[in-house]
Amino acid sequence: MIVLNNVEKRYGSLEVLKGVSFTVETGEVLSIIGPSGSGKSTILQCMNGLEPIQGGEIIVDGVSVHAKGTNLNTLRQKIGIVFQQFNTFPHLTAIQNAALGPRRVLGAPKKEAVERARVQLEKVGLGDKLDHYPSQLSGGQQQRLAIARALAMEPSYMLFDEVTSALDPGLVREVLETMKLLAEDGMTIVAVTHEMAFARDVSTRVAYFDAGNIVEIGPAREIFANPAHASTSAFLSHIQH
Amino acid sequence: MSPYFVELGPQSLWYLLEGAGRTLWLGIWAIALGTILGILLGCIRTYSRVGAILLAPLIDITRSVPLIIQIVLINSALGISGFFWGPFVVGVLVLGVYTASYTSEVVRSGLQAVPDVTKRAGRALGLTGLQNFVFIIAPIAGRIAFPGWINVVLGSLKDTSLVAVIGYVELLRASQIVITQTQEALIVLAVAGGIYFVMCFAISAVAKRVETMQR
Ligand SMILES: Nc1ncnc2c1ncn2[C@@H]1O[C@H](COP(=O)(O)OP(=O)(O)OP(=O)(O)O)[C@@H](O)[C@H]1O
Ligand SMILES: [Mg+2]
Repeated sequence: MIVLNNVEKRYGSLEVLKGVSFTVETGEVLSIIGPSGSGKSTILQCMNGLEPIQGGEIIVDGVSVHAKGTNLNTLRQKIGIVFQQFNTFPHLTAIQNAALGPRRVLGAPKKEAVERARVQLEKVGLGDKLDHYPSQLSGGQQQRLAIARALAMEPSYMLFDEVTSALDPGLVREVLETMKLLAEDGMTIVAVTHEMAFARDVSTRVAYFDAGNIVEIGPAREIFANPAHASTSAFLSHIQH
Repeated sequence: MSPYFVELGPQSLWYLLEGAGRTLWLGIWAIALGTILGILLGCIRTYSRVGAILLAPLIDITRSVPLIIQIVLINSALGISGFFWGPFVVGVLVLGVYTASYTSEVVRSGLQAVPDVTKRAGRALGLTGLQNFVFIIAPIAGRIAFPGWINVVLGSLKDTSLVAVIGYVELLRASQIVITQTQEALIVLAVAGGIYFVMCFAISAVAKRVETMQR
C-alpha cells in the first residue's frame, strides 16, 4: 500500500504539489489524468524518492520514503517505474538492460539474472529481440523493454508515466496491451495517462489532478460517467474530442 | 658534394626511425598521463562546483598559451628551482597536463550529454550513485567522448615535436639533424611526414574499429 499524506513539493518558488493525499491499495490500478504541467510526473517521482518533498509524507508498505534513515535503493527495488521519455540504456542490449537490475542491485548470479530478464522480455513480446540494442528497436519496443527491465526486479508496484505519449500512434496499442496484461496479472499500478480508454477500461480508480492537487478520485466508471467537479468534466470533454 | 655532408643512406633512415620511436614513447606516456588526469579533472569539473572554479585557471592557461611556450617556461622554472629532470620527463609532464586539459573538456561534455532520464532510470532500479556512474553514466559518456578524445590523442602525438625545443630528439628534430647532415630536405621531410601519417592513420583506423564495435 502506498499512502500520500499532504505531500508538498516545490521547484524553487514554483509550487507543484500543494498537499496531495491519496492511497494506492495493493492490487488496484490507479490512473492519474490531468492537464499538462499539472505535476503528474512529479507525483510519481516523489513516490520512489527520485524527487525530495518539502512537506507531508509518502509511505510505501509502512516505510516513510523521505524519512532520514530510509534506504532508498532498497525501497526502489519494489517500485518499478517507466518514464515518459525513452529511457532504456543505449549501450546495453535488451537482455543486458533487463538483467542489470537483478545482477547489480539484487546481486543475483549472472545466469539467474539473465534468465529473469529473458522471462520478462518474453512476457512483453520481445523474446526475439534479446540481443538488439535500443537503437535497433522501435519506440514501442523500447518502452516495452523499459517495462521488462522494471519487471525483472519483481517489484510490488509499477509506476507508469505517460509511457505512450512519445510514441507514434501506431505503436501505442502494443504498449497499452502490455500494461493491460500486467494489470490482469494483479500488479499494483499507478499510471499517469492521456489514454482515456485505458483509464476507463483498465483502471479500478481514476484520479483527476489539476493545479497541484487531486480534484477528485473514484471508481473509473463514476469519474467518466458523472464527474463531480466542473473542471473534471471540462477536461474530459476537452480530451475526448 | 661537399665533404662535410654525409650521403643519405640506410643509417639516415634508421636515425629517423629511432626518432619516431622516441616520438611514440613520449607520446604514449604523455597521452596516458593526460588521459588519466583528464578523466579525473573532467569528473571533478562536472560534479564539483568548487572544483570547477578552482580548476578553471589551469584549464584556461594550458589551453590558451602556446604549448611551445609552456614547455620552455616550465623547463626553465624547473631548472631554476634545481630540478633537472631532462627533456623526456618535462615533456611528458607538460604535454601530459596539456592533453589532460583538453581531455577533461571532452570528458565533461560526454558526462553532460547523458540524458537526465537515463540517469534517473538507473537510480530508479535501485542502483547506488556509484553503481549508476560505473554501469550507466560512464559507459554512455565514454562512447560519446571517444571520438573527441581520439582527436586530442592525434593532436598530442603531433605536438610531441614541440618538445624538441628543450633538446628531446624525436622524429621532427631527428629529421632536421639528418637534413643538416645530408642537405636532402625534401626527401627527409617526406619520409618524416610519411612516418607521422602512418602513426596517426593507425590510431584513427583502430579508433574506427573500436567505434563500430561499440556502436
Ligand atoms: N526539475 C524541475 N525543475 C524545475 N521545474 C520543474 C522540474 N520538473 C518539473 N518542473 C515543473 O513542475 C511542473 C510540473 O511538472 P510535471 O512534469 O510533474 O507535470 P506533468 O503533469 O507530468 O506534465 P506533462 O503532462 O506535460 O508531463 C511544471 O510546471 C514543470 O515545468
Ligand atoms: Mg509528465
